Amino acid sequence: MKTNDVILQTTSKVVFFIIILFAIHLFFAGHYHPGGGFVGGLMTSGAIVLLLLAFDIKTVAKGFPIDYKILIGVGLLFAIGTAAGSLIFNVPFFTHVFGDVYLPLFGETSLHTAMLFDLGVYLVVIGVTMTIIQTIGESE
Amino acid sequence: MINLLVLPLLIPLLTAALLIFLAKSLKAQRILSVISAIGTLTASIILLLTVKKNGIQTVNVGSWDAPFGITLVSDTLSALLVTTSSLITLCVILYSIRSIGTARERFYYYPVVQFLLVGVNGAFTTGDIFNLFVFFEVMLMSSYVLIVIGGTRIQLRESIKYILVNVISSALFVIAVAMLYSVVGSLNMADISQRIAEIGHLPILTVIAVLFLIVFGLKGAIFPLYFWLPGSYYAPPVPILALFGSLLTKVGVYSILRSYSLFFYHDQAFTHELLGILAIITIIVGCIGAIAYWDVKKIVIYNIIIAVGVLVFGISVATEETYKGTVFYTIHDMIVKAALFLLIGVMIKITGTSDLRKMGGLMKKYPLLGWTFLVASFALAGIPPLSGFVGKLLIVRGGLAEGEYVGSLVVLLSSLVVLYSVIKIFMNGFWRAPKDYPGEENQPVMSLWVPGAILVLASAFYGVGAELMYPIISQATDALVHPAIYIDAVLKE
Repeated sequence: MKTNDVILQTTSKVVFFIIILFAIHLFFAGHYHPGGGFVGGLMTSGAIVLLLLAFDIKTVAKGFPIDYKILIGVGLLFAIGTAAGSLIFNVPFFTHVFGDVYLPLFGETSLHTAMLFDLGVYLVVIGVTMTIIQTIGESE
Repeated sequence: MINLLVLPLLIPLLTAALLIFLAKSLKAQRILSVISAIGTLTASIILLLTVKKNGIQTVNVGSWDAPFGITLVSDTLSALLVTTSSLITLCVILYSIRSIGTARERFYYYPVVQFLLVGVNGAFTTGDIFNLFVFFEVMLMSSYVLIVIGGTRIQLRESIKYILVNVISSALFVIAVAMLYSVVGSLNMADISQRIAEIGHLPILTVIAVLFLIVFGLKGAIFPLYFWLPGSYYAPPVPILALFGSLLTKVGVYSILRSYSLFFYHDQAFTHELLGILAIITIIVGCIGAIAYWDVKKIVIYNIIIAVGVLVFGISVATEETYKGTVFYTIHDMIVKAALFLLIGVMIKITGTSDLRKMGGLMKKYPLLGWTFLVASFALAGIPPLSGFVGKLLIVRGGLAEGEYVGSLVVLLSSLVVLYSVIKIFMNGFWRAPKDYPGEENQPVMSLWVPGAILVLASAFYGVGAELMYPIISQATDALVHPAIYIDAVLKE
């Protein structure tokens, strides 16, 4: 029997962007407020899983032509790179710096190197969850 | 360079991340793995020399001061263990290149080996009890992958058992850390030691000590928690077995050594007595297994359990001399076990079986392999001047001085059993009438022999050069006998 999931597909196209935006909001909220790379990454992969449910692996793979295993590597490099930057300045490993910087469009912005580390976490979390889910899904 | 002690963790971690990108190109993976392993080894040797010259090195990660942040501490003991692990990993990678098979290489074998090294080196280096748990997890995650990689029937069956045991022990680990934290209110190991000394002996601390013993005992395979080890370690191919057998159990033993010398030394009548009894039974159980089997892998696997028993006995006596013996014997055992596993790996490659009864006559065609194996066997059994001798001598002498006659006698007798079990491999595998093995010409015997031979050579130097190593070993022991040295170095008082 062919199921009709036009309602699911239409709504998930809209809901997907809402979830992604909220995930990005959570990601940037991190550090000073609850949120951060881990939960942001989980939510992003949640959004992709919603698409997987509504459509199928092939369609989603066309939309996101990413090898999620490579994403793990990129994320790890971000995280390790941020931590290892301290080696160049000869301060204890993992030491972060932060400060307020004036940016053209945003005005006075508080920047923190922990954000770069968090970006690494974000990517690793998406990579790992999606790799797991795809591996389980493929076997069916 | 204040971050020197991070390098043995950082190099393999960075390599692992880079290797993920090179999944397609096996050649690049192999080259990068070897280069990085050499780099890690170099960094750890420099670290060892620095620690020997300048004393204990510490890094407060993220510039959060001890005892509030996570501190990485490298004393002589941990630098020694890190160096040994890096050497073994290098040799295992060299061995893997010609033996592990392209299917496994394609499925991220090399990155996972690097992650395993991160976990092992991290567990040896960290000075924070919760961080120790984290590095245990890094190590275990990698070992889960390694035990199942390749997906043969026996691997799948044993990996379920292995994962189940380790998930339970990890849960217990967190519970034990939480209980300890609720009593002393700190996670920094130096700080915990200081606070336990302040509050004096509480019965709950003995409970926590035993809980930690269960956790570390499951990893280190002491009686009665060794039950999973012979089956699970038998499943993966030889290079992975060599990594597991020489590194993972020693992390468990190191954790017992560290925690029982740094925190739980106030109620020795109970905790160390218990440790002593368990050690003796562990040795006996290991001996029974080592004699009983005709499978080369099984024989050496049961030898792991014997060695763990000997080490734990050294810890349980807890005098300066037995600590020295334990440290000396740990390093020796890591090197020589890895060597033995790699050498029997070559034998299995040639004969195509691990059943000793189907082997025979290898001496005629492969004399070099035979003699290397014999040297490794003698080193394992502790025949002077090879490296097993000094460690066992110190442990037994220390045990006798403390009146632990039964334990010392068992350790001595176990040497005979060890000798018998490995000579059994030698006599049946290398002597007797030569046989023809199908496909033996295609095996790269010489290039597989080299990594094992490097380790045997290292072991021989370690034994003959015991006089040179002795100052380093006694420096490593100082921090175990006098926790104040460790505490002062971390808390900078």
